[in-house]
Order: sequence, then C-alpha cells, then structure tokens
Amino acid sequence: MRYMLLIYSEANARVQSDEERQKTMDGHWAVMDETKKLGIFRGAEPLEPTNTATTIRMQEGKVVTVDGPFAETKEQLAGYYILDCKDLDEAISWASKIPVNCWSGRGCIEVRPIRALPVRAEQPANGQYATSVR
Amino acid sequence: MADATALVESVFRQESGRIIATLIRLSGSFDLAEEAMQEAFTSAVSSWPENGVPDNPGAWITTVARRKLIDFVRRENTRRDKQDAISYETESSQQPEFDLSEDASMMYSDDRLRLMFTCCHPALNIEAQVALTLRTLGGLTTAEIARAFLLPEPTLAQRLVRAKSKIRTARIPYEIPPIHMLPERLTSVQAVIYLVFNEGYSATAGDSLVRKELCMEAIRLGRTLCELLPKEPENIGLLALMLLHDSRREARTNSKGELVPLEDQDRSLWNYEHIREGQELVERALRMQRIGGYQLQAAIAAVHGHAKAAADTDWHEIAALYRELARISPTPVVALNHAVAVAMSAGLEKGLGLIDQLGASGELDKYYLFHAARADILRRLGRKQEAMDAYEKAIALVTNRVEDAYLQRRLAQLRDSLQSKILPEIS
Repeated sequence: MRYMLLIYSEANARVQSDEERQKTMDGHWAVMDETKKLGIFRGAEPLEPTNTATTIRMQEGKVVTVDGPFAETKEQLAGYYILDCKDLDEAISWASKIPVNCWSGRGCIEVRPIRALPVRAEQPANGQYATSVR
Repeated sequence: MADATALVESVFRQESGRIIATLIRLSGSFDLAEEAMQEAFTSAVSSWPENGVPDNPGAWITTVARRKLIDFVRRENTRRDKQDAISYETESSQQPEFDLSEDASMMYSDDRLRLMFTCCHPALNIEAQVALTLRTLGGLTTAEIARAFLLPEPTLAQRLVRAKSKIRTARIPYEIPPIHMLPERLTSVQAVIYLVFNEGYSATAGDSLVRKELCMEAIRLGRTLCELLPKEPENIGLLALMLLHDSRREARTNSKGELVPLEDQDRSLWNYEHIREGQELVERALRMQRIGGYQLQAAIAAVHGHAKAAADTDWHEIAALYRELARISPTPVVALNHAVAVAMSAGLEKGLGLIDQLGASGELDKYYLFHAARADILRRLGRKQEAMDAYEKAIALVTNRVEDAYLQRRLAQLRDSLQSKILPEIS
C-alpha cells in the first residue's frame, strides 16, 4: 500500500552550513536510492519554503488569494515521499530514516495511507502514480 | 440450559483471548474474527447441552469459528464479484493470502503476543490500546469496559470502531515487533496488562469484587512477557506485583462477599506460593538496578507479605518505598498511600496532617479514596463525627459496589457506637 510521508520542518531556525545542507541532502539520496532499489519508491519532492507559498480559499463564491501557507504553524510542510510499503511499520521505519531538518530546524514526519481512487470507465490504467523523480 | 450458558461463559473468559488471537491471524480482520467467534460460542450454547461438552472446548470453538470464517470469506468474494458498479484500482502490493487450513488454525502462543503488541501499537492512542486489549485479550464486553473507565458505552464502542478502523486502513501489522523495537513497545503493553489486572482485581461495577479469570489472564500475559524479555526489570516487577496482589484474593472478601481490609485479613488464606514467587521476583528485578514503578509497588506488596500478622508490618519500610515511588510517580494515590503509611509508622496525627495538606487545593474533593483515607484515620483517632462525615463523602463518590458496602458498614458502626452511649464521646 502506498503511504505519503509528509515532512514538516521548523522554518527559519537558523542558517545551515554547506556541510549541514549536504548531510541533509545525502540523507535524502540514501533513502531514495535504497527505496528505488527495492522497487518501493513512488516519488519524493522538496518544497520551497513557506515564504513562497500562496493560499487560495473560496469565500462567498469568490476566490480569495492570500500570501503565505494555509496556517502559521511552527513546523511547516517541507516536502514529501510516496513509498509503497507492506504495512505501517515498514512506512514508519523509512520515515525514521528521512531527515527532517530540511530548513535546519527540528521536524517530524506524518505517515498517511493513500486512499485508492475509484477507477472511471475511460481512465487509462496507470495515471495515478505521482511522477517526479529527483 | 442455564448450566450450558454458565459453562460457555466460563470457557469464553478463559479461552476467548487465545481464540480470537488465532482467528485474527487467520482472517486478517478483527471484525470477522469477532463475528466468527461470537457465532461459534452461540453454537456452543445450543450444541453442548444436546451433544455433551467437548473434551477441548477451546479447540471446538476455534474449529467452528474457522469454518464460519471460511463462509464469510466465500460470501465476501461472491459479493465482490457481483459488484460491477464500482471497482477499485488494484493495490500495487498484493492482498495477503489467508490460510484457513487446519494446520494454520493451531493456536500458537505467539498469537496472543501478536495481538498484544498490535492492540498496544503506538499508532493507536492509549485509550484505544486499553479498550482493544480489554475487549479482545481480556474478553470484556463493551459495557464492562465502559463502566471500568466511567464512560458512556457508545463512547467506548466508538473508540473500538475507530481503533479497528485505524488498524485496517493504516495497515498496522499483526506481528510481534522486531527485537530492536521491543523495549519501546513494551511500556504500553505493561500499562495495559496492569490495567487488565486491576479490572479483575477490583471491578468498579458489578456484584463481585474480584474477577479471577481476568487476573489470571493478566498474570499469564505477564509471564509470557517475562519469558520474551527476561532482562527487563519492569516486566518482572509487574508480574511480581500482580502475584503479590493476587495472593490475597481469598482473604480480600469474606463469605458474604464483603471487602475485608488488609489489616483484618485472615493471613492463613493468603497464597504463600504466590507471595514467595512474588518476593523472589522483586529481589531479582531490584538486582538489575534499574528501578521503576512496578518494582517499587511490588516491593511494598512484598513487605506486607512478610508480616505474619498485621501488627508485624514494617510500615517504616513501606513509607520509605512510597517516598521513592512518589519521585517516579507523583500521583494522589501514591501520596495518599504514603500518608497512610506515615500514619501507621510515625503517628496518626502526622498522617492526617499529610492528607489534609494534599486535600488543601481541593483537587481531591471528588476522589473517594481521599475521603475514605481521611475517614479511616479519623476513626482510629476516635474523632467519630468527623469520621462519619468523611465516610459519607466517600460513599457519595465511590462506584465499586463492594467498596461502597464496606464504607457503609464503617459508617453504620460509628453511628451505632454514637447512639449506644448516653453521653456522646468527645474526642
């Protein structure tokens, strides 16, 4: 079953050194390589920090556009992985290997099962998997 | 017919945990396993009076339940085939195959461990862990669990539904955790086992104070835990604690089913095998030098076990142990028990002073034990009217029927002694 692993990181904690940045990236490469080798990797992408975010809502039938993420929380969405795991424990064990200090602060990973979509009559067979490979 | 039902109920109490653990492994579903087991037990109620009780009732139930599982699976497959309206995209990982053969149906002792660790998985919140363990491993009904935790039954029922849904949807595996994860996962298992034991030791509702089978089940689970992780002193402490409490089971209630307090118990009724084992386990655990709450509580119970008579009790030692315990676990119960130990070792007034200090904030006003402890010391001090007031407050708050009866008796005794004197006793 596919799980989405949502990485939440503390934003703007401090400036990272080049070494720290490399270490974080190496951590990600390691997980991506290992999971690709096992054939369970379905995608992963980092996101630009929340100061680049824009949120839109519908208010009284109109689109309202606002600067910033949907909520000002200490930890913000930094990126995601999609992995095809046999059970939650496997997903958790991968989550524990993924670096969470994408923006140099502390963080956490939310593990959520991906829901199966009903297939429509004319839908091509494999359109659903997240693309993106880095 | 009444006999058969009683027998089936007793088999249920003893065997349902093992049976459902195996059925869940076979079917991969808590709900199907529960349904199949219920139907099997219902069959037993009608079949056994006619055809006689089988030599191995547990195996009989499992066999019948397994057949019902096969029926369910067949019916489910038929239903899916017929459904052409919606079809779901196939999962990239295969649906697990479930082996419903006779060999697979053998009850492996591992199954209960699987069930235990699954019920106590950290992905479930603690309330869900406790509810699920009590429901499946403990064999309690939803109503019984609800009463134990002073919750409305629908709340408990919802809790169970959500927990099973989480297990299913997030695919919490039905496995024993790998060795490197075990210590971490153990704490929740210990907490739940102890809660199960307490449910059996002092049911908060119902006519009997003790649910023997539940205590035995908790002790059985505690033993299995110790076998699996013998180097964890808190596992050993937990088992010791349960054995030492359980050793007093026969003496805790009299022939009328009334609660007998520790100091009045007939110690010849204590189970000295349990006490000896409990004491050995305490010593073994303490030698590992990683002190913990269960070990300390067990040590306290062991001190009581050493005393041939109530008057021989080493209350100083007990007070000291409660002080240690308060460091790890600063709860009102511990503080109250410490105060009682102080009352018994250093003087009643001193103990009462401690209790009144605890009650100063008003936090314990709704806690029956606070008033009961006060009442007890006031009674010993001969301050009868104050004791009566405190007993009344405790009675208003207590939920356990047997403890309620005990408090009522104390109150009645005081009333009688007040009325029988021409002049009221001034204390």
